[in-house]
This record gives sequence, C-alpha cells and structure tokens, in this order.
Amino acid sequence: MTITLSRRDFMKASAAIGGGLALEFWFPVAAKAAGGVSSTEVNAWVVIHPDDRVVIRIARSEMGQGSYTALAQLVAEELDCDWAKVSAEFASPNEHIRRKRIWGSMSTGGSMGIRGSQDYVRKAGASAREMLVAAAAAQWQVPANECSVDKGVITHVLSGRKLRYGQVAGAAAKLTPPSDVKLRDSKDWKIAGKSMHRLDIPDKVLGKPVFGVDVALPGMLHASIAQCPVFGGKVKSLDARIAEKMRGVKKVLREENFIAVIADSWWRADQALNKIVVEWDVGAHGNASNETIAAMFREGLADPKLPQARKLGDTDAALASAAKVVEAEYQSPYLNHATMEPQTCTAWFKPDGFLEVWTSTQNGEASLAVAAETAGLPQEKVEVHKMMLGGGFGRRGGSQDFVRQGVTIAKSMPGVPVKLMWSRQEDMQHGFYRPASMVRMKGGLDAQGKLVALHTRIACPSILAVLMPEAPLKDGIDFSAVRSFNDAPYEIPNQQVDYARRNGHVPVGFWRAPGQQNAFYRECFIDELASAAGKDPLDFRLAMLRAGDKNRLVLEAVAKAAAWGSPMPPGLHRGLASIDGFGSYTAMVVELSVSAKGVAKVHRVIVAIDSGYVVNPDTCRAQAESNVVYGLSAVFQQENNVRNGRIVESNFHNFRLMPLPDMPKVETVLVPTGGFWGGHGEPAILGIAPAVCNAIFAATGKRIRSLPLKHHDLRKA
Amino acid sequence: MLKLNVNGRSHTVDVEPEMPLLWVLRDHLNLRGTKYGCGMSLCGACTVHIDGVAVESCSLPVSEAVGKKILTIEGLAKRDLHPIQAAWIEHEVPQCGYCQTGMIMSAAALLDKKPRPTDDDIDAAMTNLCRCGTYARVKKAIHAAAEMRALPGAARKGTAS
Repeated sequence: MTITLSRRDFMKASAAIGGGLALEFWFPVAAKAAGGVSSTEVNAWVVIHPDDRVVIRIARSEMGQGSYTALAQLVAEELDCDWAKVSAEFASPNEHIRRKRIWGSMSTGGSMGIRGSQDYVRKAGASAREMLVAAAAAQWQVPANECSVDKGVITHVLSGRKLRYGQVAGAAAKLTPPSDVKLRDSKDWKIAGKSMHRLDIPDKVLGKPVFGVDVALPGMLHASIAQCPVFGGKVKSLDARIAEKMRGVKKVLREENFIAVIADSWWRADQALNKIVVEWDVGAHGNASNETIAAMFREGLADPKLPQARKLGDTDAALASAAKVVEAEYQSPYLNHATMEPQTCTAWFKPDGFLEVWTSTQNGEASLAVAAETAGLPQEKVEVHKMMLGGGFGRRGGSQDFVRQGVTIAKSMPGVPVKLMWSRQEDMQHGFYRPASMVRMKGGLDAQGKLVALHTRIACPSILAVLMPEAPLKDGIDFSAVRSFNDAPYEIPNQQVDYARRNGHVPVGFWRAPGQQNAFYRECFIDELASAAGKDPLDFRLAMLRAGDKNRLVLEAVAKAAAWGSPMPPGLHRGLASIDGFGSYTAMVVELSVSAKGVAKVHRVIVAIDSGYVVNPDTCRAQAESNVVYGLSAVFQQENNVRNGRIVESNFHNFRLMPLPDMPKVETVLVPTGGFWGGHGEPAILGIAPAVCNAIFAATGKRIRSLPLKHHDLRKA
Repeated sequence: MLKLNVNGRSHTVDVEPEMPLLWVLRDHLNLRGTKYGCGMSLCGACTVHIDGVAVESCSLPVSEAVGKKILTIEGLAKRDLHPIQAAWIEHEVPQCGYCQTGMIMSAAALLDKKPRPTDDDIDAAMTNLCRCGTYARVKKAIHAAAEMRALPGAARKGTAS
C-alpha cells in the first residue's frame, strides 16, 4: 500500500485497512466527512453530503473550551441546517496556506475563538444558505425569495415543492457566492444561544484516540527528550553507552540544547534516556534563584527612569496633598501551565519529500510555519494534523518548541514516523511560565475617602520579548504586563503606571488570562483602600464607576446574586472583585471559612459575566467553573521556584492541582447585554485571587500580598 | 512472553516484566484511551480496573497484572454505554477530556462498590486530578449514573458504536 500525500487520501487508505491495529488511525470526526467521495464543499466552511449530513470546518483549536461546537453552532445557525446532522472537522493548515489563508486566524488564545471569528463564520453559513436556496430556485425556475428553509429543507412556498440541502449542494457549489449577506438578530437564534451538546464529548467519553499523544502510524517510533535543566544551557558531553544497548532503543540523538532517545515504545525511550550521563553547559544562569529574581524586580521598582503605561493628572502632587496615603507591595510566583497532556509532536518525513506532523497545538498555522522552517521545506510541502488538546491554557500557542523538537527528531530518521512526548518532569521544568512579578502601589484618599490618586510601579517580565524577540516593545510597554492598571475603569483623576521590564532567564508565556497577576494586585489594593476609607468594598467600587459602565452592571448583578451586605452564616466570609478582560466584564464574590487552625476553604463562588452574546450557555458556565478551579489551584498551592537556575518542582506532588473535594459550589450569572462580543475561556479567572484574598481579610484581618496561600499563617491574629 | 486478559480478550505480549501496564496498553496493545499524566500515581489519568478495582496503571508492573482481569475504557461500554459514560455525556462533564477516561474508570469502580455513593464517598474515591476543573460535574454525573442504574429499564442515552 502506498500512503499518499493528502490527509483525505490517507484517511481513505486507513479506512480501507479497517481495524488493523498498527494502521488504525483516528481523526476527530473528520473520518466521517471523508467517507463519502460525493460530498460537496459549498464553501470553505460548509461541506454537505447527499444524505444531508453537514460537516463544518473549524479553524480554531479545541482544548476543552468548547469553541469546536460553538463555532459550528454559529455556522449552522445561519445555514439553517438540521443540527442533528452536523459534525465538525478541523480545517487543514496546509490547505489554509495553499488557499491563501481562507479560514482566517487559526490562533486559539486570548479568548478569541468565538469573538474573533463570529463575523466571518456566520457570514459563511449565511452565504452557503443563500447559494443552496438559489440552486433550488434555479431548478424550480422560481425567484429565490419565494423559497423558505427549515432544518436543511428548502420549500417553494407557493407550490409546496421541497428539496433537501443534500440534493442541491452540488449545484449550489457552482454558483458565485453572494457579495453581502444579512446576519440574524440574536433574538431569532435557534441553534446558537442554546446549550447544544458538545460535539467532541462522546468520543472523549469512549476513550477514542483523539489527542496528540494518541497518534499511531505504521512503523512509528517513540521519543523521550531531556533539555538542559538550566534554561538557555547546552549539551556539553554525554555518555550513552548503556542507553544505546537497551531494549528497543533505535537511536540516541544529541542536539545543541537537548538529547533524545528514539525507541520502539515511549517507556523504553524514557528508561534509556534516564541512563544517559549528560554533562550540561549551564551557561550564565546556573546561580539564578528566587532571591536573584526578587532582587531583579526590586531594582526595577527602584529605577527612576521607567516608561509609563498610563499617566492621568499629576499623581505625585495628588498624593502629596492626599488626606491619607496607603502603600503596599505585592508579588506573584512563576506558574506552569501543567496541561494534563504533556507536550507532544509526531513527525514523518515521507519518501516523496512531504512532511506530515500531528500535534496538540493552539495554532495550526504557527505549527506549520515552525515545522516547515525546521525541516527546510516550503510550507506547501508540510501538513499539520490538528489533534484535540489535552489542555492548552496558553502553553501550546506562541511557543512551538515541541514542534521544532519533534520535527528535528524525526528528521534524523527519514521515512520513519516518530512521536515525541515529554515526561511530566520535562513538562514541569521546561514551560513558558506565567511571569513572576512584583508591584508597588500607592493610593491617596481625600478627606471624604474618595480615591484621588493611584501610582503603580510594575516589575514584570515581558512575554512578548520572549515569544517575539524580533519585535521591539512599543514605547517599552508590554500590554500583558500592565493590563488592568493601564486600562482600569475606575474614575481616579490622577493615575500613573510605570513599567519595569525585567525578564531574567526563565522563559515566560501566555498563561490563561495573561496578566492576571495584576487583577490580584489591583482588586486587593482597592479593598485595602476601601478599608482605609472606612467604606464597603462594593460601594467604594461603584462610586468610581460611571452609570452605564458595564463593570458596574456585573458588579450589581453579582452583588444581587450573592446578597452582598446581608448577614452571613457564622464562620462564613465574603470577598469581592470586579475586573474586565478578554472582551468581557466579570465580577465575583467568594464565600469562604477559615478554621481555627488556619485552613481556608472556599464554599461558594458567584461569577457574573457580560460577554455581550452567549453562544452556548452551558459551555460558558463550564468555562466559569474551569476558571474558578484553575484560579483556586494557583491561589492555594501553586508556585514554580527557581534554584540553581532551574525549576524546583517536578510533578504533581510538588505542583499541586486542586483536588475534587475542594471544589466549591460555582454559580454563574450570565448577563449578556449585546452589542459586543466578549470571550469566556479566561475572563472569569481574573477575579478569583483577589476575591479569595479579600474574603480572607474579612475572615482574619490579614492582608495577603503574595501567593500561594500555603505560605501564610491564616490563624486569626 | 506474558499473557494478559484485557477487556475479556487474551493477549500475548513480549515485554519486560517491569514495564508499567500503561505502556503495554498504549504502545503494545494499541489501547490508547488510557492516558499518561504523571507516571507516579499522582493524577489518575491512567486508571484501569484490575479484577474490578481501580488501579493506576502507570505504576503497576505488567507482570503483576498477569492472570488478572484488566478492564480499560475501551471495554467499559458493552452493548450500551456504561451509565457513567451516559451520565458524562448528559451532564457535559469533559472539557479537554484528557483525564476523563481515568476519571470514568474510577467512577465506575466506585459505583460497583457503592451503588448509591454519598458526596463523602465521592470525595474519598475520586482522587483523579483534572486541570480543566470538571469536578462539580463529575460529582453530579456520578449521582445521576447511580440513579440511572437504580431504575430498572431506565433509558440510556447513546450507544457504544
């Protein structure tokens, strides 16, 4: 059997072999689409089968956030097809390049999946509908406006004649797409706006091999990798004599900054890797530690010549004349994404000069570019098969290190598919971490307790400087390092935000809701100021928000849902935070208790979120729950410490994820006000840390100015 | 050569006796529904049943599974979905889904032991870690599956095909 170039041919070949074990390969849902040769692409997004099954192409990645289904809902809504007959498949990055980026952005981050593509995917659905109706009308020789559509059945209203989408798709595809289409008002939605069951869940529940690590190809080998434990270090020498003789080992690969073992099973590769004696040239950072990094931040905070990310009024003068000045220093540690599926990439240099790559990526197009560059091939000669992600959270987008490595490894074995998977330890110690940072804030209150000045100095690594080193920061500012301060909605007449970019050697990256440390700093400090002003935290915030400000609306919504201000049952305490980001507005109330031994437990979290529109309410609630858990793990337990230039934590025993018994009740209040499109994947994480810490203050009188909580004695003073 | 009984079928594998069962399943028997998460019995992504008991297969030498009945996610659904799987779909439990096969195997073992588990039973049994934070739905779906199983002839949504 010859396996041909294209993904679709390959799937047909695999299907022909049937259940043959080693050859069996499973593409998420796509296999169904490939089955019928007579299916028709009405446009790039919509494929229709003669039996009316509709396959909707999805360009963004699916990592659990649900946009694979929600985007299909938006297309199906405008297409007017039968949702029961809809499936989805990932658009091919190779085709994307060859068809001049026809699917728009493949990048999946910043909670952009829906809000960044809703306009063009809805138009694609509406355009396909119009073409299908036009094809039916032409067949009947009637005007298109005499036809109606219901669930993929076109009816000529006057004569009662009917045609199904599957019957006219072929003719429709030959028509010229309409130049402009009208989109439905959200109040008329039948498929969008509803809690449709997610399309990817049944396969996940059955354990079908949908993830990057599940790839299996004929004759495939497995690789395990070790990179220099000190970031930026290189391989100096290695002794692989024992490893090379171990069972199943095919090759020991030495590259400039990593070593890898290729074997016939992953375990054998990993066992052999552990027997290699490596001497690393750790470079200049072998002595870096938490202390040197903190000193770097302190030096940054003391720098008299920092660029300003915001300047309103005269902060110095306002502080000098303030009735009361409050000052505080806050800090946060580095954090790993800890996706449950470790980084992985399978690559196959085929005899005909084509490279195929399978990976869990948040950006198929970026994976393709990195694969092509690493292979030295034109992008047209590379295909990236996008797999379901076992978690993403920002780890698998901007940094395509795992693709570069996977392709490099496979290049050493031309003709043989090789699947690289990182061990958990490798994954924990070679991340692109949520930046550690340190912030100093100074707030001035007037005699009436009104906040008149806020001066913030931020020392934080720049993520952009790591991920896009060639692009200089505009005015020395990285937006992800200053957010929530440079765009704070509170009406404070005098504001200044200074940014000290201090990167150090630890690679940093976009970690779910990049810049969310600032939400912790800002919303905790606002509580400190409210307390100093002798005001209720809710009233203090509302007084600084204009009528009609959407931050105000979500604050009011959450206060109502949580009955803010009403007496709490004994032992329970509330904390509040309000913050916007990723296109949405959120506010939350945390209810917690602190035991006599100082153990804090979160009982209930109420999240209010205004995302403008809601495409799948259940998925939005699931994302709020997800953000709460991701946030609470970081608040209570997580940190990545640096010692001798390397990350100390190595697995889930010292980088703990919140376990099931700690799950609080989460109540999500969706308050979409329309007129804008906001995200759901990240915004609800922003308020978690401050709401928890503000509740701890309410419970104990202690201000938490650094995380995680495990380092704090929470017993009542 | 080691003889294994997986999902009711007998397999012979030529592997080191100390190779963890997880890797025999994934790389030698092509049963890739069972996942690697930590390799140290910390996360439960690799949970399978050995003679009906939930076990983390990443730390179990394959030799210790010889002569025992191994059940993986691929063998959990018979003609119909297992009630846990049906409840998982109904309540939209998975997000990324990576930890969910292990989660489902733990939940199925719990129901075999305690057909009507309390919240405390669930807290004690479900030590699986989920980075997406599906815990509230896991709890809800376990209760729903318990109810589903208690009702004779209750309709089960979906099939295993």
